[in-house]
Amino acid sequence: MERSLRGTVAIAGVGETAYYKRGQAPDAEFKLALMAVLAACEDAGISPKQVDGFASFSNDRSDPSRLAAALGIHDLRFANMQWGGGGGGGSGALANAAAAVATGMAECVVVFRALAQGQFGRFGQGPVRNVISGDGAHTVPYGLMSPAQSFAMKVKRFMHEHGVEQSALRALSLASYHHAQNNPRAVMCGRPLTEEKYDDSRWIVEPFHLFDCCLENDGAAAMIVVPAERAKDFMHTPTYLLGAVSGSHYRAGASVHNAPDYATSTFKTCAPRLYDMAKVGPGDVNVLQCYENFTGGVLMSIVEHGFCEPDECNEFLVKENLIAPDGRLPTNTSGGNLAECYMHGLGLNIEAVRQIRGESSNQVQDVDISMVVSGPMVTPVSSCIFGTEATL
Amino acid sequence: MSSNGDGYLNPGLPKPAPAPDGLDAPFWEGVANDKLMLQRCNACGRWQWGPEWICHRCHSDDVGFAEVPPVGRIYSFERVWHPVHPALEDQGPYIVVLVEFPEHDQARIVGNLLGDPHQDVVIGDEVHAVFEHHPDEEPAFTLVQWKVA
Repeated sequence: MERSLRGTVAIAGVGETAYYKRGQAPDAEFKLALMAVLAACEDAGISPKQVDGFASFSNDRSDPSRLAAALGIHDLRFANMQWGGGGGGGSGALANAAAAVATGMAECVVVFRALAQGQFGRFGQGPVRNVISGDGAHTVPYGLMSPAQSFAMKVKRFMHEHGVEQSALRALSLASYHHAQNNPRAVMCGRPLTEEKYDDSRWIVEPFHLFDCCLENDGAAAMIVVPAERAKDFMHTPTYLLGAVSGSHYRAGASVHNAPDYATSTFKTCAPRLYDMAKVGPGDVNVLQCYENFTGGVLMSIVEHGFCEPDECNEFLVKENLIAPDGRLPTNTSGGNLAECYMHGLGLNIEAVRQIRGESSNQVQDVDISMVVSGPMVTPVSSCIFGTEATL
Repeated sequence: MSSNGDGYLNPGLPKPAPAPDGLDAPFWEGVANDKLMLQRCNACGRWQWGPEWICHRCHSDDVGFAEVPPVGRIYSFERVWHPVHPALEDQGPYIVVLVEFPEHDQARIVGNLLGDPHQDVVIGDEVHAVFEHHPDEEPAFTLVQWKVA
């Protein structure tokens, strides 16, 4: 028997809270998590008491046992955390939930992420303390301490190796902001971006302008994973998981920026496994949601998932190619982490499901294959592919 | 080369200290004495950085430290503009370089590139270490900075 997640599970429901600017959620983080779970259950048309598992990532603080208690769940069967920081675990948590459901460990697993940065700390700040030891001792005292600073170093090297111009990064930002203007959930809806506004924006750290960097938001998102044979029991067009993988390449986690293959989104070994499992290739993908921590990570992810060659970035990454409905590779059709919301990327997985259902505010026509790339440049990273019934 | 007193960056960032488990202690002892000490496996002779308890190639736990000549090449760099720490509020732009040692199994370390923060930086340029000592800090520490050759 072939061991694969392909076609074994479906997404029964998706749910989100309203998305807020960081620190401005009116509710506690744990309540946001509960509200997203309830919304996903309502979307699926199931009782929250039918949920029997939780999977999350990035050390989410909303403990599954407490969620199960708060929801009155009778039989908690699966409580899972994908290791690794950042959004690299978004599709990985989905893969873990799918594995549990596919193997009969659980029947109805919620994948979720909740963030309230007013209640807790911000991501984009350096550590404020007197002394630092360990890996950070070799970077922080030199002013290399934030995610933007850690990843700019990789992107600079990639741009150097392949002659990538700033316009390629700009196109990714323009596409996200373009899509957000049609998405009423998007934090940046009503705040369009132009080339001039991008070019005039301040540097955060070269090669990232302000608009190359993700938002930081409060909110929560959830999706419900069930066995594929139940996919038609719910209210929406069935969305099947065709593949989901996570991982990283040789010594990706070597400290002090010592990964031998350094200028990478970390997907060189994952992407071939994803396509093998899903039995599709990059040419089959109708629409892409690609995690923007920073545009440079999107760029390298697009290359490493085979959508263009490294030396073609300047030609391929132009706004017309990246926007719905008619671009060659409509990308981040909700506005993504740059312009919809930074829910550690789980909003991208939900948008990918919307594209399968035909419910996106920037709908691509006739979507059969909808792909998500989660958290480039960290380790482990993850990605997944959804498909319609026709793709099974 | 060695310098005392003012650092490249404004004071107030977290000060580096050896890891409590001792893993990188020889590195910090080395830089305090103007020596750049990285890990070299005593079994297979290969270099590795950051520090690990075993050699990632041959898995020997007989991993020592040996001196690397204070000359490297710029592997990548970035010019930072947005301060993410209160100590850097009035800093203005600064340059962080990732310096590679091609003759030492491509080990890399992070430092700042001394000189004009607006200077053009060329990936591949040879750079020489400057040991930036902070003897009056508590705890005292040394940073390894770089100058274009």
